[in-house]
Amino acid sequence: MQTKQGTNYPHEALNAVATMAAIAPHQPASEPPMNTTAEAIAEKRRHLTADSLSQDQSTSTTVGEITSPNPCMVCRDVNVWYADNHAIKNVSLDIGRNEVISMIGPSGCGKSTFLRCLNRMNDTIPVARVTGSIKLEGEEIQDRGIDVVPLRARVGMVFQKPNPFPKSIYENIAYGPRIHGLTNNRAELDELVETSLQRAGLWNEVKDRLDAAGTGLSGGQQQRLCIARAISVSPEVILMDEPASALDPIATAVIEELIDELREQYTIAIVTHSMQQAARVSQRTAYFHLGDLVEVGTTDDIFNRPQHKLTEAYITGRFG
Amino acid sequence: MSSTLLFFIVLAAMALAYYIGRQRAIGVVGGVSQINRLHSLPSYYGYYAALLVGLPAMLLLLLWVGLQGQILTALTLAELPPEVTADLSEGQLSLLTSDIRNLASGNLMGRDPSPAVEAAAARFQQLQQIATLSLWALTGAVVLAGMAWAWQHTKPSFRARNRVESILMLVMILFSLIAILTTLGIVLSVLFESIRFFQMVPWTEFLFGTRWSPQIALRAEQVGASGAFGAIPLFTGTLLISFIAMLLAVPVGLLSAVYLAEYAPRKVRAWAKPVLEILAGIPTVVYGFFAALTVAPFFRDLGQSVGLDVASESALAAGLVMGIMIVPFVSSLSEDVINAVPQSLRDGSYALGATQSETIRRIIFPAALPGIVGGVLLAVSRAIGETMIVVMAAGLAANLTANPLASVTTVTVQIVTLLTGDQEFDSAKTLAAFALGLTLFVVTLVLNVIALHIVRKYREQYD
Repeated sequence: MQTKQGTNYPHEALNAVATMAAIAPHQPASEPPMNTTAEAIAEKRRHLTADSLSQDQSTSTTVGEITSPNPCMVCRDVNVWYADNHAIKNVSLDIGRNEVISMIGPSGCGKSTFLRCLNRMNDTIPVARVTGSIKLEGEEIQDRGIDVVPLRARVGMVFQKPNPFPKSIYENIAYGPRIHGLTNNRAELDELVETSLQRAGLWNEVKDRLDAAGTGLSGGQQQRLCIARAISVSPEVILMDEPASALDPIATAVIEELIDELREQYTIAIVTHSMQQAARVSQRTAYFHLGDLVEVGTTDDIFNRPQHKLTEAYITGRFG
Repeated sequence: MSSTLLFFIVLAAMALAYYIGRQRAIGVVGGVSQINRLHSLPSYYGYYAALLVGLPAMLLLLLWVGLQGQILTALTLAELPPEVTADLSEGQLSLLTSDIRNLASGNLMGRDPSPAVEAAAARFQQLQQIATLSLWALTGAVVLAGMAWAWQHTKPSFRARNRVESILMLVMILFSLIAILTTLGIVLSVLFESIRFFQMVPWTEFLFGTRWSPQIALRAEQVGASGAFGAIPLFTGTLLISFIAMLLAVPVGLLSAVYLAEYAPRKVRAWAKPVLEILAGIPTVVYGFFAALTVAPFFRDLGQSVGLDVASESALAAGLVMGIMIVPFVSSLSEDVINAVPQSLRDGSYALGATQSETIRRIIFPAALPGIVGGVLLAVSRAIGETMIVVMAAGLAANLTANPLASVTTVTVQIVTLLTGDQEFDSAKTLAAFALGLTLFVVTLVLNVIALHIVRKYREQYD
């Protein structure tokens, strides 16, 4: 593909984009629309800012199928403001039961904010204001009247940085069941701790040192401990906010495998910066840009046949 | 006076040396356009010249001013006729010296000076003039020598920046040494006086005796002044008052810290924190008369109305007011450690469906506990060392009691009473104050060491 090298005029760059966007969707998947020379990529980066792209094609309406045949969570017209900053703009999206949906997009695009709406974690931020409708199994969770305690037990969350409590491994897992009164005696609690750790694939590594500090584990183990902690209260949905971005490639692979296994029992929404990761673990992908949900579709479609040229530009690595 | 003037002249010389050194550096390489050839920026050559000119001169000045008086006095005394100084005691000698000095500086004396003293005073004045002249000459020489040295050494290859930085490091080491040595000096002086005390009173009696009555008979036939130096009633009194203070300060301080750190809306925090800090800024003497004039009578009257016998200088009143004084201390330290608990732990807990109070009780509080304990221990050592409130609000009677309604006395109160007024520094009564001070110092030092250790251990926890 030819771009105009050495030009300094934005409109010429735009023309180049338009040409590219017209060609790109029709290209076979085996040949990604990418110019491989470093100079060409650098040149494109210089001209193809996200702003120039979004002038060309609207981002206010979402491209692709936002609904799911078997929805677990249904979000309609969700808006989030942080004080005066409109962080999420009219996002509507279904999260299907037992699917992994990944949310991708450049930094600051609102994907984490959207994720935090799903278990009302934005309540902890005093200036945040959320409007619109979010339903979990048909039940509205946006009502101020609803208690967030049972909601968060049903919609668990795993954070970007592993955040084990400064307690023992056992106590880290037992914390959730204890505050929700899920077990009647110590034996049941022991069993729940064991099954949670087993599901998170951590049991064999820590079964001999459940009394050791959770903070003493390696980064990958800590993150699996946090996943086990989320599982321990039997949630229906698990939200993961860049769960592997602080981990090395091997620990990342373990977590990704785990996510794939967990899909059988849980609905998972994952925010990620790694497009390979989104491609590997998710069935559906949503692309966010500056607070807009630009495009949703099956992961296969998004990565191989993107409809919106912002999506296409992002997944081919031209900005982000 | 003349040395003050000299000090400012040296300062001016340093400024001049900076300018000359800088210009010289630029001149050596042949103009501003060539300063790349210099190892350091031109200003470093200026600083180097200024330091070289200033530091030795300042040191000389300092030493001279410190030693001049003693040396001149010694010289003058040595020249006095031997029969004048022959059989004078140490005290009389120092009286004579001050007579000579007063006369030399033109102050009037109450009586007519003897001819020998007048001669000595004249000699002293003469010596002083010589000393001043030589100081000026010597300082001038040192300044010029420094400037010449700097001038000579300004070459492109000269590493002025490294030199300046190492000289500044030495200066900083010197200043920190001053702080350390002062502390050491205070401790040693207290220690030596205490040793003198323990030569008169056995340390076992001091540490384990239960009767405190430091009056000593000046005349043999005096009654009721046997002198007993058992410090236990003082320390129990101190502990009782501190305990009452902590009983108030820990819950109030801790809960207000939790409220401010976790619950308070931003607006409330914006005015509540400064108000708490104002509480910390009230002078303790103000707390003292608040305790003595308002709180203590209030408790006495309250006690009377319910038929309790409350001393008008009760431990309760002093302790409660001290507690109020310590509240901001506890609350601001606790708030700091609570805020230091990472937000990610709160998020983790909330995401599991924990309520705010569950999160505070089961995650934040245990995580912050070591830091809170450290803060409380620091507050305890503050309470033990507090003086002004107890001087005004606690009594003087060394009662060995745990009854908060009775009057007790504290270590600091006794130190104050022992050392106010005219004192003789060879009696056990006066020296006892040093022994008390030393013991108090050791106790608070140990508490502080423990507290700092705990706080440091806590800091490493999240890394």
